[in-house]
Amino acid sequence: MTDTVAQTAAVADAKAAPDTMAWDSGLRRLMMIYLPLGCFVLILLFPFYWMAITSFKPNAELLNYKQHNPFWISSPTIAHIKHLLFDTSYPRWLWTTMTVAIGSTTLSLIASTLAAYAIERLRFRGSPYVGLGIYLAYLVPPSILFIPLATVIVQFGLFDSPLALILVYPTFLVPFCTWLLIGYFKSIPYELEECALVDGATRLQILRRITLPLAVPGLISAGIFSFTLSWNEFIYALAFIQSGANKTVPVAILTELVTGDVYQWGALMAGSLLGSLPVAVFYSLFVDYYVSSLTGAVKE
Amino acid sequence: MSVTTLSSQGLAQRQPSWLVRLFDYKPFLIVMCLAPAIGLLSVFLTYPLGLGIWLAFTDTTIGRRGVFVGLENFQYLLTDPLWWNAVFYSVVYTGIATFGKFALGFWLALLLNNHFPFKSILRAIILLPWIVPTVLSALAFWWIYDPQFSIISYLLVDVLHWRSSNVDFLGSAWPARFSLIAANIWRGIPFVAISLLAGLQTISPSLYEAAMLDGASAWQRFRYITFPMMMPILAIVMTFSIIFTFTDFQLVYAITRGGPGNSTHLLATLAFQRGIAGGELGEGAAIAVSMIPFLVFATLFSYFGLARRKWQQGESND
Repeated sequence: MTDTVAQTAAVADAKAAPDTMAWDSGLRRLMMIYLPLGCFVLILLFPFYWMAITSFKPNAELLNYKQHNPFWISSPTIAHIKHLLFDTSYPRWLWTTMTVAIGSTTLSLIASTLAAYAIERLRFRGSPYVGLGIYLAYLVPPSILFIPLATVIVQFGLFDSPLALILVYPTFLVPFCTWLLIGYFKSIPYELEECALVDGATRLQILRRITLPLAVPGLISAGIFSFTLSWNEFIYALAFIQSGANKTVPVAILTELVTGDVYQWGALMAGSLLGSLPVAVFYSLFVDYYVSSLTGAVKE
Repeated sequence: MSVTTLSSQGLAQRQPSWLVRLFDYKPFLIVMCLAPAIGLLSVFLTYPLGLGIWLAFTDTTIGRRGVFVGLENFQYLLTDPLWWNAVFYSVVYTGIATFGKFALGFWLALLLNNHFPFKSILRAIILLPWIVPTVLSALAFWWIYDPQFSIISYLLVDVLHWRSSNVDFLGSAWPARFSLIAANIWRGIPFVAISLLAGLQTISPSLYEAAMLDGASAWQRFRYITFPMMMPILAIVMTFSIIFTFTDFQLVYAITRGGPGNSTHLLATLAFQRGIAGGELGEGAAIAVSMIPFLVFATLFSYFGLARRKWQQGESND
């Protein structure tokens, strides 16, 4: 450890005297890097810790800071989670959210793979403009669209149906996924496709047998991104869904669990924790793809 | 074209090869490939966008088709103190939150750009606030900002003895506004940090070596190498951040719902309150449409202001 510190320090600060350097830069490193980093991590994670610890606290402890240290639980309970799972329609909400997220992710992946393939590989006159148009769609925020979209949904007779969400979410998923996949298709050598063309493969065979297998990392990134985005979506779900049973988790917690003047903080936090877990688990499985899609999209 | 090729085919394979040939015909294939994406986007994005602008000029309410009323909705908004209040807070919210996110996010990116153990785990953990549904983390903030049982008040009053009474986070206008901004910054830092970190990693170390040989200080290296090299990425990330902060809805709706006394309404929450909850679709649409000029201005400003170097040089390698 000290070796590496000394080494990096030697590179980083060539002007300092060689003998005092190791200790001095060790302390400096602590103050300049580890301390601020620690603060960042503490602040960024504290709300989750607080959420988690609240969900397992009995009510007596929850509202009594004088006798119980609020940062710890003396007698953990699963009463809040039990209440959530058996006395409310929470499982139903989770199921709806899952269906909507998977449905809209599948739909957007199919649509954007085809679109990205057409734009990047079939190359026609105006293909850059189609790409730009799809990209611009990403800059239209849902807050501007939800009121007219609500009337469109009513016209289609889809109001209060999860199907409405499955159809609407691709509006913000497709632009992102297309953009991401165009980047991935670009990185696949065109010569591979030419070889296949020479061998007499059709375009669709090329897409299915050559391009798609090579673009699997891109597809996974786009899929994870779409899944988390649709899991987290709020404003459309709030505006288009009315009946309690069809709500998605974020909307349901806010509108069904927040009742009366006395908030059931234990149940609310347990609901938030459970609602966050699926995305957190999903994310942790594919974290590298996620980060690369995030950063890749920015670099593109 | 498909017809002529068809006649030369053997009779036995006619049916499949006709389809295969059609799908191999490039213009047809292009149309088929673009159809799902373009179709979805036109029906659920372009059409509603146009419809929204039309609605803003009508007096539509829920359950009643409106008639064209010209600029009446906008004239009304201009005399509405609540709308002005929402405009004011939207601008303040976007300004302060963007500044905070980028200052702290850039700092965090610089910290993460160092070498230390468990770096990838740390990077994964740091993205958590961005992954988790905003409404759910907003609920946690709501609980943290509770007037009676706020953990921050507990720290300040009972542990550190800096204050004698609990902090009233959401009870009055300005504290509520800043509490929301703090929650927004908290949520935005990871995205900014990770995006900028990606940018930092593309800067060639040889630039820093050359600068160090010339005797540049750490600050000079940051000012004259890191910062200019990061400009294009900063511009893109900032454009996105400004757009999505200005049109933010979830945080405010979950924590204060525009209260206390309508002081924390953003344009989006006001549009929801009037348009969906209040049923005045026309007026709500007008509020939503009134966001567009701000968005266009902010986008142009951040994009061309920051990416100046890039388009001046006419670079187009990405």
